[in-house]
Amino acid sequence: MPGGAFMSFDVDVRARRGDVGVGGRFVAGDGLTVLVGPSGVGKTSLLDMIAGLLRPAGGHVRVGGRTLFDGATNLPPEQRRAGYVFQDARLFPHRRVQANLLYGAPDASRLAEVAETLDIVHLLRRWPRTLSGGEARRVAIGRALLSDPAFLLLDEPLSSLDPARREEAMRAIERVRDTRAVPILMVTHDLREAERLGDRVIAVG
Amino acid sequence: MPIVRLTMLVGGTATLGALPVAFVLAWVLARWRFPGKVFLDGLVHLPLVVPPVVTGWMLLLAFAPAGPVGGVLERWFGVSVLFRWTGAAIAAGVMALPLMVRAMRLSIESVDRRLEQAARTLGASRWRAYATITLPLAAPGVAAAVVLGLARAIGEFGATITFVSNVPGETQTLPLAIYAALQRPGGEAEVWRLAAVSVALSLVALIVSEALVRRAGRGVHVL
Repeated sequence: MPGGAFMSFDVDVRARRGDVGVGGRFVAGDGLTVLVGPSGVGKTSLLDMIAGLLRPAGGHVRVGGRTLFDGATNLPPEQRRAGYVFQDARLFPHRRVQANLLYGAPDASRLAEVAETLDIVHLLRRWPRTLSGGEARRVAIGRALLSDPAFLLLDEPLSSLDPARREEAMRAIERVRDTRAVPILMVTHDLREAERLGDRVIAVG
Repeated sequence: MPIVRLTMLVGGTATLGALPVAFVLAWVLARWRFPGKVFLDGLVHLPLVVPPVVTGWMLLLAFAPAGPVGGVLERWFGVSVLFRWTGAAIAAGVMALPLMVRAMRLSIESVDRRLEQAARTLGASRWRAYATITLPLAAPGVAAAVVLGLARAIGEFGATITFVSNVPGETQTLPLAIYAALQRPGGEAEVWRLAAVSVALSLVALIVSEALVRRAGRGVHVL
């Protein structure tokens, strides 16, 4: 393990999206780091740059001591091993929940355990279009976890959920935070959410 | 019936031959941005708007022994497509191409690229993401394109008769046979028969396409 020698996240990136410049600069240790800021300051763009979906104009991205992007390196997304939970879940509509969960998984050995943790065992045979928002979100979290990620990126994982579903999702994230040894970077605009879940909170924008 | 067999041979060859070309063109037009894209788009759609007889005449110029393509075929392979069923298939393929490109382009454009991004973050290479996400989601459109193309190919008349003439047993597909029967005194019974076969073939194609689209669309709510 790299242990304390490296910060989990060492990010300094900028890019242009349309007319506005987006980007950010922060370092963070193990556990769950929350980036808080109002909507529209480019938090999602920041996650996209860390995941390799948006190319920064300059700067660097290092996670757990591994350089994902800098002047010389630009790893493609599939080599970065980001477990990215998108705000809009992005489940594959032509695959059942179980096939979605296993899409990035090296094997099926952890399926039962992860499905149990996220309380989605009863959904495995369903098609994504039949899921509620909260269910889809939990499946997306499971799919990211099963892909054997080096780190997790959660983009507003609790937005647009009603209070009960929100509580469920929040517990699921807490369980992941407390049982997995991967650093987590979560983005939200809700300060209370940030304070409950985060080991540290960083303001952006 | 030999005419039906010949028509299906010509139409099937035309459609299968045009399929990979149409798919690549559809992909390029849907996904790439480059200078001259409007020109390529126009060129692909030309057979749709130009009178078929003009398309046939252009094919004749290109594939004639002295033409740019015909010359190469003759010198290198010793073959000619003139007055041959292969020529009829080329004419039908060229006429079917724009319709196939349109159908596939629309279905490729309708695939949410953010799903490909999700696949990439899950460890899929660009190609695996295309093969497992984009292609299956675009499959109903590809199936529709094949049936549309086949329907257009087996109905082809103008470009075919201009390019490879109306040779019974070689280039005389159903529409050309109907035309020939119409020219012949007392050929009405023949026309009725062939027209009925044409309608039946088209109906079967439609039903098959419907079934294909439904099968491919299972679990997909885009269509």
